[in-house]
Amino acid sequence: MNTIVNRRWKRQWPLYAMLIPAVILVIIYSYIPLAGGVIAFQDFKPSKGWFGSEWVGLNQFRYVFELPDIWKVVRNTIWISLLKMLANLVVPIVFALLLNEIGKSFMKRSLQTLIYLPHFLSWVILGGILIDILSPSEGIVNHFIQWLGFKPIFFLGNNSWFPSVLVLSDTWKEFGFGTIIYLAALTGINPALYEAAVIDGASRFKQMLHVTLPGMIPIIVLMATLSLGNVLNAGFDQVFNLYNPQVYESGDVLDTLVYRMGLEDAQYSVATAIGLIKSIVSFIFISVSYWLAYRLANYRIF
Amino acid sequence: MRSASWGRVAFQSFNYTFLIMVSLLCILPLVHILAISFSSSSAVSAGDVTFWPVDFTVKSYSFILDNPRFLASIGITLQRVLLGTGLSLFLTILTAYPLSKETSAFRHRTLFAWFFVFTILFNGGLIPWYMTIKMTGLIDTLWALVLPAAVAVFNIILLLNFYRSLPKELEEAAVIDGAGHWLILWKIMVPLSMPAIATILLFTVVHHWNSWFDGMILMNKPSHYPLATYLQSVIIKLDFENMRQSDIYMLGLISDRTSKAAQIFLGTLPILLVYPFLQRYFMKGIVMGSVKG
Repeated sequence: MNTIVNRRWKRQWPLYAMLIPAVILVIIYSYIPLAGGVIAFQDFKPSKGWFGSEWVGLNQFRYVFELPDIWKVVRNTIWISLLKMLANLVVPIVFALLLNEIGKSFMKRSLQTLIYLPHFLSWVILGGILIDILSPSEGIVNHFIQWLGFKPIFFLGNNSWFPSVLVLSDTWKEFGFGTIIYLAALTGINPALYEAAVIDGASRFKQMLHVTLPGMIPIIVLMATLSLGNVLNAGFDQVFNLYNPQVYESGDVLDTLVYRMGLEDAQYSVATAIGLIKSIVSFIFISVSYWLAYRLANYRIF
Repeated sequence: MRSASWGRVAFQSFNYTFLIMVSLLCILPLVHILAISFSSSSAVSAGDVTFWPVDFTVKSYSFILDNPRFLASIGITLQRVLLGTGLSLFLTILTAYPLSKETSAFRHRTLFAWFFVFTILFNGGLIPWYMTIKMTGLIDTLWALVLPAAVAVFNIILLLNFYRSLPKELEEAAVIDGAGHWLILWKIMVPLSMPAIATILLFTVVHHWNSWFDGMILMNKPSHYPLATYLQSVIIKLDFENMRQSDIYMLGLISDRTSKAAQIFLGTLPILLVYPFLQRYFMKGIVMGSVKG
């Protein structure tokens, strides 16, 4: 008995040893902050610390739900992220189908290189670019609009335009990267199916409709379900670098509210309470979406 | 083979035109900013600059490259990229290996896997995260930008799935030859996982180059800002406190827009240089790691 345990340990101890550094870092920088979430149930004062601050039960949560702006912010968050999810699902599929018609060539590779590029630029850089090109008086976009004979539009200072700018610029940044997944799915389709379709007299369009699209369905279902988990993430980096008090009405989202309340107004406990509610709801959404992905597309994380 | 039908030709010409136009749309904003950065401020404010510099000048670049704050932030970012990428890549390679084993070969594998995955599903939020880093004494040091994000669970999952896709026979043969786990990892798994590792390398370098938020809240002194945070403070926030009196005077001469454009371009340049070379690994690296057949 003992020798079996000994032999197993001899073979397995290096595997445990390899995990030690990562486990320690994760405990310190992920699990301790998780425990630190208890300040949502306290009236946290930095001078008194985690252990000395007064416990107030659910008072902070009650306060959150009574914030005058909270429902507006929740609505903005869900609305912006739903629009982004839809655009980031449909546009990459269309592009994968169109790119697929170009065969393997230098042309296809060059186009891909160009459309992936914006994904690798940060929202600080893109925010700087967008602020410049969308500026109402000097931006090139408004020069063009005026040249066409219309009035200039203050895209980043106007509540009816701001959400569209968020969604469009996010799609512009990410659609190229999204097409990678779908193009990969396309290479996995059995060529015999196309040959059979040609023999049956299917045109290129019919082939796309009856062979290519059905071949993509599992991966489309997968991407759609997985994206559901992100419904409360409307993109902090992007919103933070593009918004200003004039568009809080349409652009303020949960993460930016947490940032302002926590780090600018020093309302630590309230900000943590909002973060905790968001984390719990997100956790439920992600769990459900992974479960759905497993049932619908037989997907497992590892 | 019969010649292509009229409809096919029409579609293909539409398709090529459309795709080329959209691809150009992905880089034209950058080209416009580049053109502004090389133009004189009078041409820029007159609205003459589109995609080619007008009154070519490098004044805004010499202004920026004279700015010690800008250069210092590049230095910090370079240190951050080297240290952060090295550490994170090493930990990813190391951690993914045990987790890629079957339960029969590593008994607590699933337990550890969930221990890591749980951290991407649930977190304590911004404030407790900040307080923890403060508690561990990293505020205002380079380590604050490197240690808290060193274990990147997404990358670990990507790599462990790649390890699993490799033929089992290689490992079995190595075990028979007497190789231990350490040797198998570095002599067999790592060399064979180059597409995935190159992908993760690129992601990690880009992540460290682009990160601005942690620099903004974890660095008290603006002189400790990495490049992306510095750029955020001058391009987005227009932080006058951060500027010297002489800078404000100089800005009058070169205009805010041209100097911002030059900084945007310089902040992007390294990515533009590295990206095309690593880009070809994406397909293999990402797909084999995330989408299994």
